[in-house]
Amino acid sequence: MSLLEVKGLKMHFPVHGGLFYRRIATVHAVDGVDFEIEAGETLGLVGESGCGKSTVGRALLRLYDPTAGRVRFDGQNVADLDAHSLRSLRAEMQMIFQDPYESLNPRHTVGTILEEPYVIHGEKDAARRRDKVMKLLDRVGLPEDAYHKFPHEFSGGQRQRIGIARAISLRPRLIICDEPVSALDVSIQSQILNLLIELQQEMGLAYLFIAHDLAVVKHISDRIAVMYLGRIVEIADSRTLYANPLHPYTQALIASIPVPDPRRRKEFEALPGEVPSPLNPPPHCHFVDRCPYAQAICSQQTPELKPLAEEGDTRHRVACHFAGNLPPSG
Amino acid sequence: MSASSRPLLEVRHLATEFDTEQGVARALDDISFRLEAGETLGIVGESGCGKSVTSLSIMRLLPKPAGRIVGGEVIFDGQDLLQLSPDAMHGIRGNRIAMIFQEPMTALNPVYRVGHQLEEALLLHKPELDERQRRDACIGMLEKVGIPAPERRLKEYPHQLSGGMRQRVMIAMALLCDPDILIADEPTTALDVTIQAQILQLLRDLQRENGMSIIFITHDFGVIAEICDRVVVMYGGRIIEQAEILELFDHPLHPYTRGLLQAIPKLDTEPKSLLKTIPGMVPSLLDFPPGCRFQNRCEFAEPRCREETPPLLGEGHQVRCFRAEEFR
Repeated sequence: MSLLEVKGLKMHFPVHGGLFYRRIATVHAVDGVDFEIEAGETLGLVGESGCGKSTVGRALLRLYDPTAGRVRFDGQNVADLDAHSLRSLRAEMQMIFQDPYESLNPRHTVGTILEEPYVIHGEKDAARRRDKVMKLLDRVGLPEDAYHKFPHEFSGGQRQRIGIARAISLRPRLIICDEPVSALDVSIQSQILNLLIELQQEMGLAYLFIAHDLAVVKHISDRIAVMYLGRIVEIADSRTLYANPLHPYTQALIASIPVPDPRRRKEFEALPGEVPSPLNPPPHCHFVDRCPYAQAICSQQTPELKPLAEEGDTRHRVACHFAGNLPPSG
Repeated sequence: MSASSRPLLEVRHLATEFDTEQGVARALDDISFRLEAGETLGIVGESGCGKSVTSLSIMRLLPKPAGRIVGGEVIFDGQDLLQLSPDAMHGIRGNRIAMIFQEPMTALNPVYRVGHQLEEALLLHKPELDERQRRDACIGMLEKVGIPAPERRLKEYPHQLSGGMRQRVMIAMALLCDPDILIADEPTTALDVTIQAQILQLLRDLQRENGMSIIFITHDFGVIAEICDRVVVMYGGRIIEQAEILELFDHPLHPYTRGLLQAIPKLDTEPKSLLKTIPGMVPSLLDFPPGCRFQNRCEFAEPRCREETPPLLGEGHQVRCFRAEEFR
């Protein structure tokens, strides 16, 4: 049994408007997503803006109630949990945001912010709480005097350390990291990535690492899922995905990455057009309008996310009618 | 880089200050570089390093009254832009040196149609054209930057366009007057990676066609490696290294440049291996350390790095570090 199992997850948002403020449309933010995360592993979730990757993260924590589908954490169906069990679930499944500032109460000191989870989860002894917080600060690389300071007194990288300290305080088993290093300078980004890698090894954490920077995601992930317009179009071991991308979108995405090596400079063969609106995606393969290999079947039948029979690697799954029969990317 | 021929643009010892609540901040200190005709110069650095202030200083667009240029020269076409009258500068800006920004909405007016704004730029800079010629020029330029159905787009408002399309419109607007220099300040930072690839390719194609020079400001070494001929690396308001692109990536000399290049995860780094880090924080304008501004984060710092400012030395490949020779 996997630590987290997601099956058929859908998250639709109504759009209201018109004279009687009726439902006039539906945003298909997440449109049937399946994946699992094993204990201690990192699954990267990549895709461009609007593909639904952040919504997936939020639906897992039940910050949104999914429209359809099942999320099982450690065998428990997350949708069935009452308020009390949901609280204990959230101790085990935490979240780190892109801008921790937005999730840190500006009126509270870091000490108060970091003690709060212990208060909620029943640690009544103030000295013991303080002691735990001091250990946390030390572990994430913040000085002791951070305890008495307010979030605004810290730089972006330090605030991310506060966010991480809070996320690990109750020793969770899974952390959903939503673009945790996107807003940081390059020299700070590697500090935070290293911290996440070390914490994973020490605590056996699993991560769902949501980001748009493909080099960062490849560095930190064991496996990667690529999303396009609400669906996973390909999922594979990180190395396999980059070495042998099978979906035309994955191929285009990887070909678009600027490589920090001027000797490997390339002409970009731009993907035509832009991501269609999730209000009105093409009915079957969502990528059909931009795909250089599209055929009639692509607008008639939805391709399933499944392994290629001839590849013999059941961990590499792709949703394309012509996967394996496309010219190799390069 | 031949020292004899005159470059298109030469910045010499440029210094810029800002008034802040905590006192005067020296945002730029001793900035000197050359831009040759037809080349792409990258300016790379982290937040607060002064890369954007450099471009605003060249364009004389510093926010007033807080920001001011306190020294140096910007020689373009034989004249010092810093000495020009506001009117003369107006004739250079947009006409001969154009600029595009990270967020196109800062340059596009939300209440006017795209066509109106493009034509206005022409009206200002090419008053000799009649209405018909202006419209044709706008349509032609939108086509050139890859906007489908340009006649229809002329009638749309900026909010009706996607981020990538807005960036294209801004590029079209900047190129309408056929500038000698395009200053691009993080033009792809807010875009998705496939759209970024489209814009980078567009800039390359346009440059091949019209031979303009580009100053490309970014924090992303990947983008630098893809499109620049030469690179200026900035830290704490100073240039700490500049070199030809291959030279910089093959033999980075400054500990900061070396640290940054090693800190970026690359597609071929061992997954989950610990990355090289630069300790400490990116300094803010108001708390630069004395001497070399990188010394408090530098693993090679010695006592004199804390006391004296190292000069920017070297022919072609220049570096501002007392110990650079040891790294050569």
